[in-house]
Formats: sequence, structure tokens, C-alpha cells
Amino acid sequence: MTRRAGTRGRLPAVLVVPAVIGLAFLVVPLAGLLVRAPWPTLFDQLSSPAVGEALALSLVCASLATVICLVLGVPLAWLLARGDVPGRGFLRALVTVPLVLPPVVGGVALLLVLGRRGLIGSYLDSWFGISLPFTTTGVVIAEAFVAMPFLVISVEGALRAADPRFEEAAATLGASRWLTFRRVTLPTIMPGIVAGTVLCWARALGEFGATITFAGNFPGRTTTMPLAVYLALETDPDAAIVLSIVLLIVSVVVLASLRDRWIRGAA
Amino acid sequence: MFRRTGAVVLAAALSLAGCSAQDTASTGAPSASSTSSAPAVTGALTVFAAASLTESFTQLGKDFEAANPGVKVTFNFAGSSALAQQINSGAPADVFASAAPTNMKQVSDAGGITGDATTFVKNKLEIVVPKGNPAKVTGLADFGKADLKIALCAEQVPCGAAAKKVFETAGITAAPDTLEQDVKAVLTKVKLGEVDAALVYKTDVKAAGSDVEGIEFAEADKAVNDYPIAPLAKAPNAPAAKAFVDFVLSAAGRKVLSDAGFAAP
Repeated sequence: MTRRAGTRGRLPAVLVVPAVIGLAFLVVPLAGLLVRAPWPTLFDQLSSPAVGEALALSLVCASLATVICLVLGVPLAWLLARGDVPGRGFLRALVTVPLVLPPVVGGVALLLVLGRRGLIGSYLDSWFGISLPFTTTGVVIAEAFVAMPFLVISVEGALRAADPRFEEAAATLGASRWLTFRRVTLPTIMPGIVAGTVLCWARALGEFGATITFAGNFPGRTTTMPLAVYLALETDPDAAIVLSIVLLIVSVVVLASLRDRWIRGAA
Repeated sequence: MFRRTGAVVLAAALSLAGCSAQDTASTGAPSASSTSSAPAVTGALTVFAAASLTESFTQLGKDFEAANPGVKVTFNFAGSSALAQQINSGAPADVFASAAPTNMKQVSDAGGITGDATTFVKNKLEIVVPKGNPAKVTGLADFGKADLKIALCAEQVPCGAAAKKVFETAGITAAPDTLEQDVKAVLTKVKLGEVDAALVYKTDVKAAGSDVEGIEFAEADKAVNDYPIAPLAKAPNAPAAKAFVDFVLSAAGRKVLSDAGFAAP
């Protein structure tokens, strides 16, 4: 319609002003953390083994949770977008439940199902001797539960925006649905998957409520960075600020570097 | 934490708007013996109190409102350390009741109280097990068994510090599976049967009712928590703050607290 040069021109104030306010709203609290940070002791804190342990646990658990979300979430998004299932709107609403649920309630719900006396957990315990609460596996489960909707919603949005005619064309050329999904659908929706994965990983990394409720808090086993931050805040707010900054820096670095690579790869 | 503060501020503002200036000759206000006869107190009163005081202070608040028509009491219950930080950050509170002297000291060091804080109750730990005691826990020694699921408070919060002291006194190395962020979180794990035993305050066992069972142990006397209370220096409603503290320390106040399982100071 309009030529590209025409869309450039002057930026409309009606968009720029709220955009700048929005950016400030998101960034200023981070600046607050940086201003209050006890810089002289920052590196002592960083080298403490407890911090390294919590950080490593956070990164491993968030990444494992993201893998689970990808393996289960992408097919779920496909089912919601393309599958011919009855009550799809209702299913879609159900998928977003963990988004609405306060994470602590999510943690209690997980305990009621997977806990030692839970609906499924009691059988896991008596048949296999598996107990999920208070374990690292429990952390991964809690994080995956809370983070998966972010992935599903992003991927489903991408699937619905993608042109189904390419898939139909592949089908008319004799490709099976699985082959079509792999070779046609997946590359088309890759930006959506990347965005969803980033959201999912970030949400899992920052997860607090469901984790502490379902997996408890034990150093080296279930104490992730957000839990360590919360407990440090009880006695030593400066240490809590340092931990928060470490978590922020690591997540920003990981997201910035990976995102560039993935998006370039997908484009 | 800040969301909660916001709610308190809002509630305080609402109750201010809703209350009418009442000309109370308030003869029935139960004031402590040592204080001058209480002047009529009105308006909104905001009390920041430790989570373990939830049940007893809610009751005290109702009694205080009944004795002082025209006062509306709003509570903010949370971990004492979180409350101390909120107060030091300028939260508009009138009274602070802490579960540990440390947190009261944080506030007084920052100039948050003018006089001295008064210890109004003591609380001690008790072993708590799920209903029926499935793991047959009998005493503190069971906390050293690795095959039992054990929950304790994290050392950073008062109930965890008390637990640490208890185990040191008893010479037991506890084998906890989780170190929870507050005493109510520990209690939840016990109620759901996810842990076999935990240490919580005596008052929490009482408040949990029949869902759990309590087991007293001798070493608990070695780690008794003092609860201090004080009106705050920047109290928006100083007369009501003073009256409420006096009410907590009065005979009627003590009765409510001892019924909840607290020991007298």
C-alpha cells in the first residue's frame, strides 16, 4: 500500500510517548537494583559456593523444564491449532490455567496430584518408590508446569497465523502429515517457537512460588536463585540484591546470545 | 510484599473515609493499669504483626474495635523480617508486633520507634506430625533419621533460628528435606502429609486443629522466642496505636493470647 519510505518519516507522538513511558516503566526498577547494589562486595558474593550452586541449579532446571515444554508443548499447540478435536476453545482456556493460577496455588495443586499422598503420587510412591516433592526433579516439574503455557500460546499463535495452503500443497504432493509437519509447518513457525522457548525459559528461570511449594527449599537440591534471593532478603537485603543482579545478568546474556543465533538460523 | 503493603494502604484509606468522628466518652475501653485513662480513640489503625499472630491478633482486633467504636483495625500479617523492611521503607503502620527481638531492633535502629518495645508473649517450638503420626515419631531424635521426610523453617526466619538452637542444645544433626520460608509453609507440608515431622510453634499446632498432632519436647525450653510490640514513631494514628498496645498488654488481651497457646513473658 504505502511505500516503505512513506512509513518511515516522522514517528507519531501518540505511539512514541507511551512507548517511552512503557520502556521506562520496565527498566527503571532494574536501575534501582543497580543503584542500590553493594558493588564492593559484589565479587565476594559471586565467588561464594552457595551462589554458584544455586545459579547452576537454576540454569539446569530451567533448561530441562524448557526441553520438557518443547517436547510436550509444540505438539499440544499443533493439536489446538490444527487438530480436529471437540471443545477446542475450552481446551485452549484450560491450557492457560497455570498462567492465571497464583504459582503457590499451582504448587499446592502439584502436591495434591504428585505428592506422597497425591492422586498419582501415592501410586508412584507405593509402586515404584518414587517421591517427587523435595527433589530436583520436582523443581523441573514445577517450572515446566508454570512455564509451558507461554510456549503453547506463542506456538499456537504462530500456527494459526501460518498459511495452511503450504501444508495442503505438501499433502497433495503425497507428503504424510508427519512429514508435512516436519518439513513445512515447523520451519514456518520457527520464529514463534523461538519466541515461545525464550519466554518459557525465562519464566522457568524466575519461578518461585510453585517451586518452593512443591519442591521445597534445600541448598544444592532445590534452592534455585529466586528461592535464594527470597531467603537472603529475610536477613541480608544487600546479598539479595547481588543475587538478583547475578540472575539478571546471566539471563540477559543467555537470552541475547541465543536469541540472535536462533533467529538468524531460522530466518 | 509491596503488593500487600499497597492493599493495607488502600484498606486504611477506605476505612478512614468510612469512619465518622464519634464522640465517645469511652468508659469501657480496657486500658492497661499503668497508663493514664485512655482518651477516646478513633480512626484507622494499621497493625503490622508476625504471621504466627494471625489468629490471636485478628481476635484482639475485633475485641479492640468493640471496645472502641469508631476505630477500624487493619492488619498486615507476614514474616517479621519482611514487615521490618516494609516499616523501614516507610509503610504507614501504627503498631509493629514482631516474632523476634531482632526484627524489632531493625526497626528501632532505623529510628522507627520512640520508646522501648515491650515483650508481650513468648512462644516455643513443638514437634508436629500429620494426623495419625504415620512415621511413629516420638521425639527430637527422629529428626536425625535420613529416611524420614522432615521440614524445618529456613535459618533466616525466626522459627528456623529457634530450631537450629534446639538441635544444637540436643546435640542432634537434623536431616531436613526442605527449609521453608515461613512457619505456615512448614505447617502446610505437614497438613498435606508430605513430611513425616516438622518443628513449628506451639501456637501453630493449636491453630491447625485436628489436621495435625503436636508432640512436646524438653529441649524446646532452650529456644524460647520473645515477641516484642511497640507503637511506631511515625504512626499516622498515634493515640490509637498506644491504646492498641495497652489493650494487648491488658488482662483481656493476655487471655486471648494465652488461649491461643502463647506463654506469658
